Amino acid sequence: MTGRILIQGGRVLDPSQGMDEAADLLIENGKVSRIGKNLKADGAQTISAKGKVVAPGFIDLHVHLRTPGQEHKETILTGSRAAIRGGFTTICTMANTDPVVDSPNLIEFLKSESAKVGLVNLLPYGAVTMGLKGETLTEMGELASAGAVGFSDDGMPVANAGMMRRALEYSRMTHLPVIDHCEEKSLSGHGVVHEGLTAARLGLAGIPAEAETVMIARDLLLAQSVGGRLHVAHLSTAEGVELIRAAKKKKIQVTAEVTPHHLSLSEEALSTYDSRFKMNPPLRTQRDLEALREGLKDGTIDAVATDHAPHSAAEKEQGLVQAPFGVVGLETALAVLMTEMVHRGALKLETLVDALTRRPANTLGLDRGTLKTGAVADVTIFDPEAEWVVEAGAFASKGINTPFLGWRLKGRVTDVLAGGRHLYHGEQFMNGGFA
Amino acid sequence: MTRWTRKDLLGLEELTQEELELLLQQAQAFKEVSLRPIKKVPALRGRTVALCFLEPSTRTRASFELAAKRLSADILSFQGASSSIVKGESVLDTARNIEAMRVDVLVLRHNTSGVAAMVARGIRCSVVNAGDGSHEHPTQGLVDLYTIREKKGKIEGLNVVIVGDILHSRVARSDFWGLTKLGAKVTLCGPPTLVPAVMENLGARISYRLEEALDGADVVIALRLQLERQQEQYIPSFREYTRLYGIDRAKLERAKPDLIVMHPGPVNRGLELSPEVADGPQSVILDQVTNGIAVRMAVLYLVSGAHQESPDVLSKTPFENKISRPPVAGSK
Repeated sequence: MTGRILIQGGRVLDPSQGMDEAADLLIENGKVSRIGKNLKADGAQTISAKGKVVAPGFIDLHVHLRTPGQEHKETILTGSRAAIRGGFTTICTMANTDPVVDSPNLIEFLKSESAKVGLVNLLPYGAVTMGLKGETLTEMGELASAGAVGFSDDGMPVANAGMMRRALEYSRMTHLPVIDHCEEKSLSGHGVVHEGLTAARLGLAGIPAEAETVMIARDLLLAQSVGGRLHVAHLSTAEGVELIRAAKKKKIQVTAEVTPHHLSLSEEALSTYDSRFKMNPPLRTQRDLEALREGLKDGTIDAVATDHAPHSAAEKEQGLVQAPFGVVGLETALAVLMTEMVHRGALKLETLVDALTRRPANTLGLDRGTLKTGAVADVTIFDPEAEWVVEAGAFASKGINTPFLGWRLKGRVTDVLAGGRHLYHGEQFMNGGFA
Repeated sequence: MTRWTRKDLLGLEELTQEELELLLQQAQAFKEVSLRPIKKVPALRGRTVALCFLEPSTRTRASFELAAKRLSADILSFQGASSSIVKGESVLDTARNIEAMRVDVLVLRHNTSGVAAMVARGIRCSVVNAGDGSHEHPTQGLVDLYTIREKKGKIEGLNVVIVGDILHSRVARSDFWGLTKLGAKVTLCGPPTLVPAVMENLGARISYRLEEALDGADVVIALRLQLERQQEQYIPSFREYTRLYGIDRAKLERAKPDLIVMHPGPVNRGLELSPEVADGPQSVILDQVTNGIAVRMAVLYLVSGAHQESPDVLSKTPFENKISRPPVAGSK
């Protein structure tokens, strides 16, 4: 249904217009047509949003869809469905697939495959270096022309400072950001968890905080010198927040994201050696968690991004040390942050929605994440009070490697519209959502 | 009186002081058994203990085997090289297969921290951690507690120094927890790269100077230094390590005369312990080995749950508690 849809009686919360009011929202021809009180639209399909929040569709700046090459972990279809179920209508996909997304034809492949699935607005990143090897720059100009929205060697960060400097400088022609997984591998080594008390107790090799901060500092200095837009991925340390706060004051072009798990869990979660809590960067200390929350509140950190990283159950069952890094996040992001932060008074609902819509849109310069008249009608409706329990069997993602398994959460996506199509309602996919 | 209710023994960190006492008392009872001419009791008769050592081990495996035999258990033995782990089967799969053979207790040694906990969660039969990576080696910790109490008459209030590669040592962790829970003061000593300073938050004292740490110490436990630590640049050379952290007669001269020297074995002679100290009058290293069997008998007995069924089994030899006694040679 791409005709007329009237969303009635909700609380329209759109930080891009500073809007937070009880209103109706009319969608026509896939675009936002009007917002106002008691709108009338004869013949329009209606969606009741009574008691619910009507927000712009969420944007996730950091998703691994594992396609091409690792379809046993996730596919464009399952990952897109997971996104929709979590309220995300735009997702940016990382280039560390097999083959690596380092040429324009792979950007085009991802975009055309996603168009066939027809659920989300999939925006691929291209690699910074060929094969993520850190040796040869990708043809960033052509990747950008093909539709790349940024460049990242996520997971295999550019180790060589000279190469990173070139990448930042060269990328300026595209006006696209370099998304930086900050990890100095000579410091993280064979580390499995944060180097702290838990690592010492459990006898596990640690990943010190400096593995992240040393590279953040390096790349901020490089960006200050040669320009380019630096986006720091999955920030995990208090000192990292400090570095970015200071850099923003100096007007260095930098943005940053934080994951729901780093905002809600700390290293103690590892005490039972459960690989569902293993990700990179690792869960840090309570002090880091508090600093990340503060950074999100004061705008030092721009966006919430999930770093959705699905793995098969067998891979995660190998035990904490052998299991791969990564957790899924698309389907729990909103609810975890509602439960752990908003409902506990640690974050305003408007700030959370801002960090899921307007701010990530600004990070990439997207015309999404807004309900302004004429915008593409990506809309996420959620019930802030609805409670549910995280169950693996209900996941749309192939990955059930969630640290929140069994958690009772408060806040649930009830309806999602993407490009004006009502794709999801009350746990059901519809109107092509079946694909 | 506390009763043993745990399915597994995975580490000493999770045990209460009462549970530690219970294990030590049980070990005391079995030590008496081992002084008898017939060193065997029927405590685990009809039960099966699987020894699954997926990392090279001689003495711990032998100690467990002898402990199980002296309890009259049947033994199933898996070892690293011959096991299907090398064929790519996961540890958990191996454990599930062992469980499916109706084994009662699985004794597991693995080179990765946390594997014992993972396996224990995944199967119903009892799991005894015989050392998991750098995490814990609870039976060695119990052996050390038992030996210290045997030699010193108590543990509470003693000053115990653990010296060496604390960072990678499962023995150090088990010793630290056991000793701390029983009221000893523990000092962790070694080069800063091998002593996690954060252990101070758990109540340990940290020292980088062995002479200082030994001052007033009642017990020193030297750890085996793995030879790869030098390649990994945790230490610049073995020579310097020995000079600074090796225990020799000169360093002991300034310590209390009744200080006892312990080591979980095998000793790198001339590296962490000089030969004259390893074999000297203050060394109780071989007592640790002897006590290892009684301690492991206690562990197997308690985790198997056998104590709940026949509490008086210790008073009998294997041949006494059934009606049909085997014929004694020459009695016809």
